[in-house]
Amino acid sequence: MSNEIMSEIKRDHIMNLLADGKRQDGRGITDVREIKVETNCIESADGSARVKLGKTEVIAGVKIIPGTPFGDTPNIGVLTTGAELIPMAHPTFESGPPGEDAIELARVVDRGIRESGMVDVEKLCIVPGEEVWMCFVDIYALDYDGNLFDAANLAAVCALKSAIIPAEQYGKGENTPLPVTCTPISVTEVKVGNTLIVDPDYDEEQISSARPTVTTDDVGNFRAMQKGGRGSITLDELSLCLDRAVEIGAESRKIIG
Amino acid sequence: MEKRNARQTREIVVPGDILDGTGMKPGENAYVLDGKVRASVMGVRNVFQNTVGVIPLKGCYMPTSGDTVIGVIVDIGPSNWLVDIGAPYPAPLHVNEVPWKVEFGDTSRYLGMGNAVLLKVLSVDESKKIQVTMKDSGLRKIEGGRLVKISHSKVSRVIDKSGSMISMLKNMTDCRITVGQNGMIWVDGDDENADVAVLAIKMIEEKAQARDLTEKIKEFIESKLPQSEEYDDDEGEE
Amino acid sequence: MSGHTDMVLVDENGMRIDGRTEEQHRPIKIEAGVLSNADGSAYVEIGKNKVLAAVYGPRECHPRHLQNPTKAIVQCKYNMQAFSVSDRKRPGPDRRSIEISKIISEALERVVLTELYPRASIDVYIEILQANAGTRCAGLTAASVALADAGIPMRDIVPAIAAGKADGHVLLDLNKEEDNYGQADVPIAIMPSTDEIVLLQMDGNMTREEFDHAIELAVNACHEVHDLQVDALKRRYSKPAQEGSE
Repeated sequence: MSNEIMSEIKRDHIMNLLADGKRQDGRGITDVREIKVETNCIESADGSARVKLGKTEVIAGVKIIPGTPFGDTPNIGVLTTGAELIPMAHPTFESGPPGEDAIELARVVDRGIRESGMVDVEKLCIVPGEEVWMCFVDIYALDYDGNLFDAANLAAVCALKSAIIPAEQYGKGENTPLPVTCTPISVTEVKVGNTLIVDPDYDEEQISSARPTVTTDDVGNFRAMQKGGRGSITLDELSLCLDRAVEIGAESRKIIG
Repeated sequence: MEKRNARQTREIVVPGDILDGTGMKPGENAYVLDGKVRASVMGVRNVFQNTVGVIPLKGCYMPTSGDTVIGVIVDIGPSNWLVDIGAPYPAPLHVNEVPWKVEFGDTSRYLGMGNAVLLKVLSVDESKKIQVTMKDSGLRKIEGGRLVKISHSKVSRVIDKSGSMISMLKNMTDCRITVGQNGMIWVDGDDENADVAVLAIKMIEEKAQARDLTEKIKEFIESKLPQSEEYDDDEGEE
Repeated sequence: MSGHTDMVLVDENGMRIDGRTEEQHRPIKIEAGVLSNADGSAYVEIGKNKVLAAVYGPRECHPRHLQNPTKAIVQCKYNMQAFSVSDRKRPGPDRRSIEISKIISEALERVVLTELYPRASIDVYIEILQANAGTRCAGLTAASVALADAGIPMRDIVPAIAAGKADGHVLLDLNKEEDNYGQADVPIAIMPSTDEIVLLQMDGNMTREEFDHAIELAVNACHEVHDLQVDALKRRYSKPAQEGSE
C-alpha cells in the first residue's frame, strides 16, 4: 500500500518469528487486534463511526440526501462508498485525488456492503422514478498500521448501522433508521513467505506477497473477495482463507454487535 | 560521588514559556525576548550555571559531526549510497568513505537496499548537508539481531550517567547492544534475552521521566529473566 | 454573512441563542498526542467543531522545487471531510480550503524556527471532522499544539479565535447561526508573548469602534485558548510521570 524501505534486519526478524508461529506484537497467526468502535461521533453526519483496529484508525461518515434515481433502477436508492488515504495517516500517503490504493479500498468495502444487501436500497425510494434517498459513505484513514481493508469495512458497516434517514430535514416525513439487513464483515490476510496471517500490521504488509480479503454475511455465505498484492495463493490457501473468514467474521460481528 | 543534580524538579515547559526573567543567559532551545528567556521547544527546563535552556522531550534528530549513528540504505547510486539516519535529510555515504575498494557502479555488491550500517557523522555544513563515513574502528555493516527505534532525545537516558544503564542492560540480558545517537539501537543475543532487552529499551523511552528508572528497569529484567549469576554493578564496559 | 433570518440572535439581555453572553466562547476541549504515526498531533473541539491536526517533519521537502536552501517551509493542508457539513461536501480541495491552508501555513511560519532546518518541509494536516463555524481557528489552534507535540522548535504556541457581529452586537466566537445571519466575522490568531497578529481575516460590515472591540475580545480570548493549549501539552507528560511513580 505504500513504499518505505524496511531494514533487512527487521524483515528477517519478522520472518524468523513467523517460522515459530509468532508475531512482533505477540499475537498468534489468526489473532485479530483489539477492535474499538465509537458510533455517532459526528453530529453533522447521518451516521458515523470511528474504528480502531490496533493502531490503525479509520473514520466513516454517512450522508443521506434526496436525489434522482438512475434511469435503469427508477425505484431503487443509491449507495456509494468512497475512501481517502489522507497524508495525516501515514508519512507515505500523499495529498491529492484518491489513487489506485484508495480506490481499490473503497471498491472492496463497497462490494461487501452492496453484494450482501446490507442496505435495503429498495426501501430508499421516495417517489418512484423521480426521487430516491442517496446514501454516501465516506471513509478516511486517520492512522495507518496495516489492514485498512478490515478497519474501513468495520467503520463503514458501523456507520451505516447507526445511520438515520433525515427525512424531516427535507420535508419527507419522519426520520427513520436506515433499513439494514445484515452485517458484512471482511477478513483480510497477507501471505508472508508461505504463511497466511490474519489482520496484518504495517510491517507485515510491507513484506507480504499476496493479500486476500474475504467478506461474509451473517450466515457465513461469501459476498465479496479480493486478492490484492503481487503474489499468488494456492487453492488450499484459499480454502483456509474462506474457513478463517467465516470463523473470524463471526467473532468480529459479535464484537461490534 | 554524591553530585546533586542542578535541576530541582522536572518542570515541563512548552514553546513561549518564560524560563527566566532575572538575567540568566539562554541555553539550548531557548531565546530571549524583551529581556526574558523563553523556551523554544517542549521539554524539561534545565539550569546549568548561569544559563537556562530546555532538554527536548521529542523532536527530530539533527546530526552533529562525530555522532555514531545507525542507518538503513534507502537508495544506491554509482558512487554512493543514501542512508536514512532518521534526520530530515538522507545522508550520502560515498565510496571513498567505506573500508572496501569499490569500482564505479559496483556499489550494490557491497551494500544493498535495506542493509543496516553503523556509521559516523563526518561533517554537517551550514545548509545541513551531511556526510557520513564507515572508515573508523567498529563501523560496519550490521547483520543479524534486532533494530529498535526510539526518540533520539531519550538516547542519553538509555546510556545514562557514564553508561550505567546501558552496561546494566548488557550484563543482565547478555546481549550485544549498540546505541546510535540518532535513536537507532541494535540488539543482538539469544532470542528470549533480546526480546527482554528490546522491551526494556522501550520502557526506558516511555518512562524516561520516571524517578529511580534504573531500579525499575532492573526489576523488570529480573522479573523476565531470572539472573543466574550475581549482577555486577561495576563492570563499566561500553 | 449574507443570509437573512427573523431569528433573534442576541436577546434584550445580551444573551445568545446558545446561552452565551457576548464575551463568552464556546466550550473548548484540547488533547495532544492523539495519533500514533504522526510526529505530533492534536484534537480540538470548539463547540460543535471537531478537528484533528497532525504534523510530519521536518522531513525532505516535496515537491523539490519548493525547497528553500536557507530554511524549512511549513506546508499546511486544511481539509473538510465529506460528512463534516450539513450538505455533503465533495471530497478534494476547493478554493476556500486552499486559501485557508495558505494563511494557516503563513501564520505558523511566523512562529516556527524554520532557519534550523534548511531545505526541509514541516507538513501540517488539518482534518475537519465536524464543522460549525470557526473551523479555521479550531484548525490553527490544533495545528500549533500538534507542532509543539512534534518537538518542533518555535517561538510561541499560536491560539486562534474569531469575533464578529450579529444583530448589531459585537460577539466572541460566532456559532453557525451567527456566522450565517450575522453582519461580520473576524478570525484572528496571535503570538501570546507579544500579542502580534499572525492571522487576520475580516468580512462583513463593522465600524472602527466595533472592530476595535472585536479585536479586544478576540485577543483576550486567544490568551484563554492559549492556556488550554499549554495545559493539553503538559497533561500529556504529567500522565506517564504518575504511572512512573506507581
